[in-house]
Amino acid sequence: MCTSIVEVIPAEGMAKRGDDWFELDQTVVAYDHARHAYLGDVITLDFTNTSLEPGARAAVELTLDTAKELRAALDRAIAAAELEEAELRERGAPPERGPRLVRVA
Amino acid sequence: MSFYRGMTCENITLKGDKGTPITAYVAKPEGNGPFPGVVLVHHLPGWSEFYIETTRRFAHHGYIAICANLYERAGDGHPDDVAAKVRAEGGIADSQMVGDTAAAVAWMRSQPNLNGKVGIFGSCSGGRHAFIYACQKTDVDACVDLWGGRVVMEPSELNEKTPVAPIDMTKDLSCPLLGIFGNDDRAPSPEQVDQHEAALKANNKAYDFHRYDGAGHGIFYWHRPLYRPEAAMDGWSKVFAFFGKHLSK
Repeated sequence: MCTSIVEVIPAEGMAKRGDDWFELDQTVVAYDHARHAYLGDVITLDFTNTSLEPGARAAVELTLDTAKELRAALDRAIAAAELEEAELRERGAPPERGPRLVRVA
Repeated sequence: MSFYRGMTCENITLKGDKGTPITAYVAKPEGNGPFPGVVLVHHLPGWSEFYIETTRRFAHHGYIAICANLYERAGDGHPDDVAAKVRAEGGIADSQMVGDTAAAVAWMRSQPNLNGKVGIFGSCSGGRHAFIYACQKTDVDACVDLWGGRVVMEPSELNEKTPVAPIDMTKDLSCPLLGIFGNDDRAPSPEQVDQHEAALKANNKAYDFHRYDGAGHGIFYWHRPLYRPEAAMDGWSKVFAFFGKHLSK
């Protein structure tokens, strides 16, 4: 964290570690020294549950280019998801509880 | 004694800042001594294997060495996970680090075969912490800061955990300082190292800075792409020469 670039946001969802899934309550986005990737500084994503032990963490270390591509893919998927949600609302369908998945084309 | 010195290593429990128990890894060289001591202040990746190895490295070179787990309060687990938790929490408070490190120094000074001299050593955030400790306390005899970032801080970076920029503590530095930096580093940048050096000069402090071209952050980290073998070998020789000079009785 010599860079001091750290963003912490609440999270809702689940993450997998080993064979087990755990509920999330936090996502941490940082630009920091890689711990495992054979890279210098990386974008790190930590999906965690702060009420569990520190090992309740799904972590990735990404190059900046990969992070940008991920951001673009997220933007596309979210835009499509919001379009679909809007169509459902127009048809008067009851809102789904919790996050819903977008079907694979 | 054979060329390769034996050693004993164990985990001990210290009474850290505010009396909180924390674990520390210690390595003691074989023999009666007396030995100088080194207190290691680990980096932001936590109480990592690199630091445990480096603790043993100092014992191999004839120093009693101790490295306290400054992240113990974040919980049990793999050091990577614990360090990630600490990162999310904005790091540890400088004051807590000083309290925990004071416990490690006190342990060191209680060792019957210590020669009375204690050095402090840290890299990355640990370099910054080692410098802060040497400015706030007077119980260490030499300080090694390896590429410590955020010694120079903008007012906007100060917060409850880091209320004072370390560079502003320079006037209180209580012992000689060795600094090792890479000229490609961004934290600290060469300009920030210049500012730190200017502050040391202005306060008539004993210091020795070495800067390596073609090297950035983490020069000694043999397991990372940041590793620079030539600079690391030269840097280690400077560390041992510095401690050899200031920690011998």
